[in-house]
Amino acid sequence: MLTAEAPLPAPVRAEILALAAREPHPRGAGVAALRLVQARFGWVSTAHLREVAGLLGMSADDLDGIATYFNLLFRRPVGRHVIMLCDSVSCWIMGRGPLCAHLCRTLGIKPGETTADNAITLLPTVCIGHCDHAPAMLVDDTLHGDVDTATLDRLIDTLRDTP
Amino acid sequence: MTPPTERPLTAMIDPAAGPPDCAAYERAGGWQATRNALGRLAPAGIIDMVTRSKLRGRGGAGFGTGQKWSFVPKEPAADRRKYLIANADEMEPGTFKDRLLLEGNPLQLIEGMILAAYGVQAGHGVIFLRGEYHLACARLHHAIGEAREKGWLGENILGSGFSFDIRVHSSAGRYICGEETALLTALEGRRATPRSKPPFPQTGGLWGAPSVVNNVETLCNLPHIITNGPEWFAGLGLGEDGGTKIYGVSGRVVKPGAWELPIGTPLRQIIEDHAGGMRPGYRLRALLPGGASTAFLDATAIDVAMDYGSVEKAGSRLGTGMAIILDDRTCPIGMIRNLEHFFAQESCGWCTPCRDGLPWVERLLDAIENGSGQEEDMDQLGRHARMLGAPGRTFCAHAPGAMAPLASGLKLFAADFAAHIQQGRCPQQPGA
Repeated sequence: MLTAEAPLPAPVRAEILALAAREPHPRGAGVAALRLVQARFGWVSTAHLREVAGLLGMSADDLDGIATYFNLLFRRPVGRHVIMLCDSVSCWIMGRGPLCAHLCRTLGIKPGETTADNAITLLPTVCIGHCDHAPAMLVDDTLHGDVDTATLDRLIDTLRDTP
Repeated sequence: MTPPTERPLTAMIDPAAGPPDCAAYERAGGWQATRNALGRLAPAGIIDMVTRSKLRGRGGAGFGTGQKWSFVPKEPAADRRKYLIANADEMEPGTFKDRLLLEGNPLQLIEGMILAAYGVQAGHGVIFLRGEYHLACARLHHAIGEAREKGWLGENILGSGFSFDIRVHSSAGRYICGEETALLTALEGRRATPRSKPPFPQTGGLWGAPSVVNNVETLCNLPHIITNGPEWFAGLGLGEDGGTKIYGVSGRVVKPGAWELPIGTPLRQIIEDHAGGMRPGYRLRALLPGGASTAFLDATAIDVAMDYGSVEKAGSRLGTGMAIILDDRTCPIGMIRNLEHFFAQESCGWCTPCRDGLPWVERLLDAIENGSGQEEDMDQLGRHARMLGAPGRTFCAHAPGAMAPLASGLKLFAADFAAHIQQGRCPQQPGA
């Protein structure tokens, strides 16, 4: 089982060192390295952050400045699935507000929270470039457009059943 | 020679079929520009062709592409480390044109980057891709791999002596990364705060090396300019500017979407012919012509030609050319509040007027929209629009961009602001 506290697996460490080696300065690999850790563990724990900082020759605080700057890097655990509902202008015009309220009611959480069964985290996102199909959202890596309450309800059922 | 087509950028894009591979790309006229250019044309000749084509940056600022390149030191790529960077950090609200190009024909971007890099003699290419564009990321990696395998990227391309390769940087959010100096800072593994200029990126960019940052759509035009000639490209535009432009419309129109049209196409034609006009029951009230950081134009401006000069003359900016429609049943104050929430949240926090001013603006708009606004709030909003809107008072263009819809909105929707404050509620919110 993957835990956020264990030392990073050797292949992940090797990959981070390889990313760092192709940069004029290892810190250039900061975001890529953190994304790598997140892809494996779902988020970036403080233990992992410290380890990555060591590999890149940075202080942990310096790297945490990067990690906390970028909104797609998670410094807290998230659910098995992440729903990012666009809150920018075209989606707002096309009714993302009521959709967000519906999602919050159905999931019993507010934006920024994770359901008790750890299935779904709900986050707002800025424009995801799908404005001709607003309201739009990202569910993990998949883009969804023309979202309505019926599609949301179906999606939530599916996500709860998917590991 | 490819017969000139009216829609060079999107001719090969077929969402149902997926992007062309190297062979299909070549059959449709791709790689011809690279064959014509590498080792046959002098790098200075490429820059000259692009200047004569009248291509201007498609990311929003509209700087002449050839002119931008002309500031790069001229040493051959082999003698000096230089970078050519594709800005694929498309994050301007209401904008979805680069995603179309990235997903639909990644090889076109790669070829555009090869040509740009040859022109400025850069050996290193980076695609700065926003982290949310997962499909584009997969397709770019695949296309780069194939191009490398077929010899279009790597050492000594086509035996020309020119070497160039591309890597993809998958970013992790934050609108400000699209600002070119913030983008460079992000690539160096730092918080993405913009840099003071000079030095300009062309002389002191990524890791201190000369660097050119061009928007995806800008770069995708290059193969067509080199293959068909700058005069052909300049002639595609209806007015002063050269080429085609990917225009888009979102909001309550019949068919929201994006279309490649001659640059300078009248806005009316884009909204009525291509987007199908307003949905039944809705009237056009106003619009942002080119993304969130452009000033509102009211419905009477609908005949403006969508080129850089004409939109500026009308009081706004062409920006990304992707229009956002405000209909008569959507509250303009609510819309501006949404926009300012975005800008306040996306401020990098580096300089005080932007970091503290934008959240203040958002709170004032919140109060007005929620019915607790006061008369004096209007003065405060006007003061912010003046103080933050003028260029040079903040470190970068983020705050002036944020003030464009506010300043224009304060004028255009003065009666709506007054009604909110007098009635103590949003008149357009049911049940308020």
